[in-house]
Amino acid sequence: MRKIYSLIGLVILILLALPLFLTDYILGIFVMIFFYAYLGQCWNILTGYTGPISLGHSLYMGIGAYISTKLAMDLGLSPWIGMWIGGLGAALVGLTIGFLGFRFGLKGIYFVLLTIAFAEIGRLIALHLKPLGHMMGFFVDFKPGWTNFHFRGNLPYYYIGMGYVIFSLIVVRGIEVSKLGRYFNALREDEDAAESIGINAFKYKMVAVGISSFMTALGGTFYANYIFYLHPTSVMSMWVSIEIIMRPIIGGLGTTFGPFIGSLLMTPLSEVARSYFAKVGFEGIHIVIYGFLLILAAMFFPGGIFSYLKKALSPLLVGSRRVGL
Amino acid sequence: MGGVYSLIALGLSLIFGVMKVINFAHGAMLAWGMYIALTTMRLTGIDPFFSFLMSAACLFVIGYIIQRTVVNRIMPFHESMQVIAMVGVMMVFENLAQIIWGPDPHSPHTKYSLSTVWLGSVMIDVPRLLAFGIAILIATLVFLFLKYTDLGKAIRASADNRTGALLVGTDVNKVYGVCFGIGAACVGVAGSLLVPLIPTSPHVGFPFKLTSFAIVILGGMGSLPGAMLGGLIIGVAESLGTVFIPSSLKQIISFSIMVLILLFRPQGLFGGKG
Repeated sequence: MRKIYSLIGLVILILLALPLFLTDYILGIFVMIFFYAYLGQCWNILTGYTGPISLGHSLYMGIGAYISTKLAMDLGLSPWIGMWIGGLGAALVGLTIGFLGFRFGLKGIYFVLLTIAFAEIGRLIALHLKPLGHMMGFFVDFKPGWTNFHFRGNLPYYYIGMGYVIFSLIVVRGIEVSKLGRYFNALREDEDAAESIGINAFKYKMVAVGISSFMTALGGTFYANYIFYLHPTSVMSMWVSIEIIMRPIIGGLGTTFGPFIGSLLMTPLSEVARSYFAKVGFEGIHIVIYGFLLILAAMFFPGGIFSYLKKALSPLLVGSRRVGL
Repeated sequence: MGGVYSLIALGLSLIFGVMKVINFAHGAMLAWGMYIALTTMRLTGIDPFFSFLMSAACLFVIGYIIQRTVVNRIMPFHESMQVIAMVGVMMVFENLAQIIWGPDPHSPHTKYSLSTVWLGSVMIDVPRLLAFGIAILIATLVFLFLKYTDLGKAIRASADNRTGALLVGTDVNKVYGVCFGIGAACVGVAGSLLVPLIPTSPHVGFPFKLTSFAIVILGGMGSLPGAMLGGLIIGVAESLGTVFIPSSLKQIISFSIMVLILLFRPQGLFGGKG
């Protein structure tokens, strides 16, 4: 157990010192790694730990991005405060979707389709709202500075992104070791059995959706202030949801470090492939290769990469099984 | 449009009903069907309304290969893993189409594209009418095939009970392959029928795929008559809806129908066991 925590500490130290040696471009890739690791972790809370599969997390991200940005632009409220309001808004929507889905007992594929439907409805509505810039989207422009969550260069975003990831890891670890995490896992494994020993399935699934959507919206605020440009199709389409879920699934569903490891592998891969093939002049090939990798990963690592890593590393980390990693 | 929607949804429903895998690559396959019809027309001058056989044959082969290589392997996995694999297939197909045929949309000029007929006082586009007719014809043929031929019976048997079908000597893997092939061929036909109606581009299939999810839910997962009727209902509802709301919002109608059906009748209008 102590070994694991010292390993984590080491990784954090390395990551803290890393910007000293990296160019701005690579820092940008790291920001995206953190960003997707964070979102993947949010999704992991709902799907990995509790069970219901959501393909509509882009909706929560969009809500978070739009609420915090609109509050900042129209009322001058700092995004640091607005993000919590955005989180509450997203949690409200998430709880509504969850309420409908769980109250009516939708499972598996049916819940997936419900989340897709709501995300698409949200995107279409956003596309037609005048304040959100209609079909054009809008640019986010403030003066750089801490209060505005806007900076020049990637360095501040690097540390904020890292903070996000650490925050999500702490939350997930906290859930995992508490009674809540045990309830979640019981629901994932066998809902009927869990209910028969007195776990309120509806209540705890709602808790999971609430936490997950709230945290995803915080990620949306980060996105809005990092990319500077918001458009319903770029924040709320199904592609975003797919990008979100890809990493935790590749890394390992329902594991603490799966999303981070998945993101560490997949994000640079997609980035490097894109820039390389764009230079060579074959645009689109990188997505083909990416697609092939996804297929291969799904075919040969059905349990996620983390479970294989764990097996390979277990002699090094004696006692890890007892910690439940 | 309703008939074409039906055909797309029929393919999706067939694949889901038999293999319990949602084919996320369905929209990309639609685009492939369109491009194959388009290429055939460019090369030989055959009108898309006749070359749909070509698209069907190509897509059948593609579907069969995908099933035997990818889908067969991921079938026992967790649903989220299946989603990832199928999304991978979708990315490969969509972007291969973009590499092969380029990103620009094409709207070829066919012989019938602007002709109309008057039915009493109602004006009807000939391409739409033809597309509707052929789509319904093909859907009926698939339906009859499943109902009366030996292979069709084997497909239904494998859908019902995989182990049972294996026990009585069905080559389940082959049957699954053929079934995926037929599902893909349906969407290929739908694609070639769409060529005269909408511009062809690599990413054209995405909204169609989402709408066909709604249709499959409305008709009932795995129910073929449900997919056909659901397609008609959604097609008509979207067209009628444009009277009240802007046409770019028309998909909201199908999604709202989908949500309502999911909540109150998840087995769909025609689904038996749900």
